[in-house]
Amino acid sequence: MIVARIQPPAEMVHWWFATGFLVLGLLLLAEAVVGEEVWARRPWRRYLWPGFVFAMGILMFPVMTFFTSSTIHMVAHGTWAQVMLFAGGAELAVARGKLHSPRWRLCSAAALAVSGVAFLVHEQNDWLFSRAAFLHHVLGWTVLVCAVFPLVQAFRPRSTAAALGFAATFLVVAVLLYCDRDTAPIFGHLSYEAGVPHR
Amino acid sequence: MSADIAHSLERNRDAADAATRQRVRRARIVLALGPLTALAGVVWAVLQPWRITLLHPSGQGFWWLVSEPPLYVVLVGVLFRLALAPGIVADLLDEEEGEP
Repeated sequence: MIVARIQPPAEMVHWWFATGFLVLGLLLLAEAVVGEEVWARRPWRRYLWPGFVFAMGILMFPVMTFFTSSTIHMVAHGTWAQVMLFAGGAELAVARGKLHSPRWRLCSAAALAVSGVAFLVHEQNDWLFSRAAFLHHVLGWTVLVCAVFPLVQAFRPRSTAAALGFAATFLVVAVLLYCDRDTAPIFGHLSYEAGVPHR
Repeated sequence: MSADIAHSLERNRDAADAATRQRVRRARIVLALGPLTALAGVVWAVLQPWRITLLHPSGQGFWWLVSEPPLYVVLVGVLFRLALAPGIVADLLDEEEGEP
């Protein structure tokens, strides 16, 4: 009861994660523009985005605990937490030099694919049920389709197009998450079952 | 100097010039990323001023006063420009000069 009173609305958590994805997108975009060699000239910079993904994975666990209202919702958030730890951990190991093969980028591809499926499976409502439902569908398909970028990078690590696409994926995810509201219409549609727009 | 050597030197210089131009273009892109992000946040704030509750704080709770998404975007852009972009560009230009 006390936690429910002091915890922020769920939409704000989406905006905070949107900010995290915005940071990720900018880091990846800068790396894609200057190239991996220049990016890696300062050792700490190699750890930036993998570390950020890993930290966001850890932060997703409290979201899973405090902000989910159904089992499938909780499982989806738990899945995102785990795949972010998985992808972030693999990329950290590559940055550290413990792992060498570019094929480890397949972990990021798998993370995006699983995340997309989790979005689509756990959203039980139609596209135009509410803004949140619409965004879940768009996010799910976006993330699922964009898994092709790290997939290409695993086999063609110097592909600039794939690197730019990978970066753009996170920028698009950030924009979509910033659009989230707890109960809001989408294109003028809001199911009466969704509740009353509260703001 | 033979014509062959002269042509070869000219080709090398042209290639070096092209590489330099490309690096300068990349440096400009990196330097622009932060300001463009901040500008996006400012445009968003102008288009949807109600998303900045600090502009009308009366009756807002703590979380609504803390959550200012357009300002987050501006902040990310500014921090990227000030904290990361200069180092990235310096390394990019160092590479041009052949430093390790």
